[in-house]
Amino acid sequence: MTQSFELQVDKRRSLLDPVPELLEISARAPLSKAPGGMPGWIATGREVVRQILGDSERFSNVPPPEPGGRKLDQHEGSLLHIDPPEHGRLRRLVAPMFTVRQMRRLEPMMERIVADHLDVLERAGQPADLMRHFARPVSGLVLAEILGLPRDDLPELSRLSDYRAAGHSARRKPAATAYFRHFEQLVADQRRNPGEGLVGTLIREHGDGVTDEELAGLCEGIANGSIENTAEAIALGTLALLLHPEQLALLRERPELMDRAVEELLRYVSVVAVVSPRTALVDVAIAGEVIKAGEVVSCSVLAANRCPHGDGVADGLDIARQESANHLALGHGNHFCLGAGLARVQMRIAFAGLLERFPGLRLGAGVEELRFRLLAPQFGIETLPVAW
Amino acid sequence: MRPVAGADEGAARVGIRVDRDSCAGSGVCALFEPRFFDQSEEDGLVLPRVREAAPEALPALRAAAARCPAGAITLVALDARESAARDRAD
Repeated sequence: MTQSFELQVDKRRSLLDPVPELLEISARAPLSKAPGGMPGWIATGREVVRQILGDSERFSNVPPPEPGGRKLDQHEGSLLHIDPPEHGRLRRLVAPMFTVRQMRRLEPMMERIVADHLDVLERAGQPADLMRHFARPVSGLVLAEILGLPRDDLPELSRLSDYRAAGHSARRKPAATAYFRHFEQLVADQRRNPGEGLVGTLIREHGDGVTDEELAGLCEGIANGSIENTAEAIALGTLALLLHPEQLALLRERPELMDRAVEELLRYVSVVAVVSPRTALVDVAIAGEVIKAGEVVSCSVLAANRCPHGDGVADGLDIARQESANHLALGHGNHFCLGAGLARVQMRIAFAGLLERFPGLRLGAGVEELRFRLLAPQFGIETLPVAW
Repeated sequence: MRPVAGADEGAARVGIRVDRDSCAGSGVCALFEPRFFDQSEEDGLVLPRVREAAPEALPALRAAAARCPAGAITLVALDARESAARDRAD
């Protein structure tokens, strides 16, 4: 294994769990100098992570230049990589499309897409890949409905997104460019003929008040959240249940626990293990340390959600627990996941559908055969074979 | 008016204050405490359904304030006089 493929400690996993090294770092202090191979600091304590993510005045989301001064491929509308006040202006354009009320309106659409893909999964025959036949198409089609994206674009977007997830591969950069072009094309089409989806609505309501690049950047961010994060949350959440048959049985027995189960699975799986790095804008004294202006902090959501914090709360999967609602799996602060409500509804409908359709749902391969994605911005699984 | 911080709030009514400038429109409050919070159709930002609540609502309101990712919800203890004055003014 070459040095460049040495994965940093906050992205590695032992199946779904944090690795022992991360637990050790977290047990020593909530904020530490980052271990070898990582710049700056690593925050692992729940309160410290909350404080940093909640402090957009002293911590910036604008990514530091990569070694050699290269800038990351990023676009003007990417909500993830900008600071107030631009962030607030763009976020407020799209926030009304993601309200709790709006999610309720979209529920029948999501129910229909999930039902269709329970059929697809069943027809695929056992063992069937839940990622390919269910989680990815469900989150992709919901995305297409929301953005107003032609559904024929989805296989290509999914393929490009896979390359982007391949970390250091030479295909990554061209794939990222082609991926963004898709959204530029969508915006150009919708400028000519604004449709019912999010892009058409923004164009009708804001016209020249929002640029093409901003629109394309917003679409890209929303697409990443859907075809990557939400698909993974559905698949990995299902895997967590399959690895804990007593929890799966409990959820079957008490479907009223579903909302809590969704929160607990978000916490347990922590798809976005580490959020985009924050850079201190001034010297910040926090948790007995001083983060100097210009220094970078990795906030380990995985550690904050999964490492013991001396408060007596055990980490094991417990879908009935109430306090899991305080997890940080969807982030914190002004960059809190825009599609949080959308992800929650999809997870709820997907898990309920899977449980109902497949009373004998189980893993269709040995645990040791599962292959995970560790290089992608979010934790993921290549395929999830299931039987029933 | 004082911020509600300690555990023992006596029987004071709870005032609900929201800062729409910091609100990120996450909808967490409207999702988990729909009795007290809603979101605007126009900008997606928080709209409190009530400006004050009985002390029994404090645990739920405190959980909502703690969960707000933008820290946009503040609770204040209103003494009886303030509360009565507001009732008249409203």
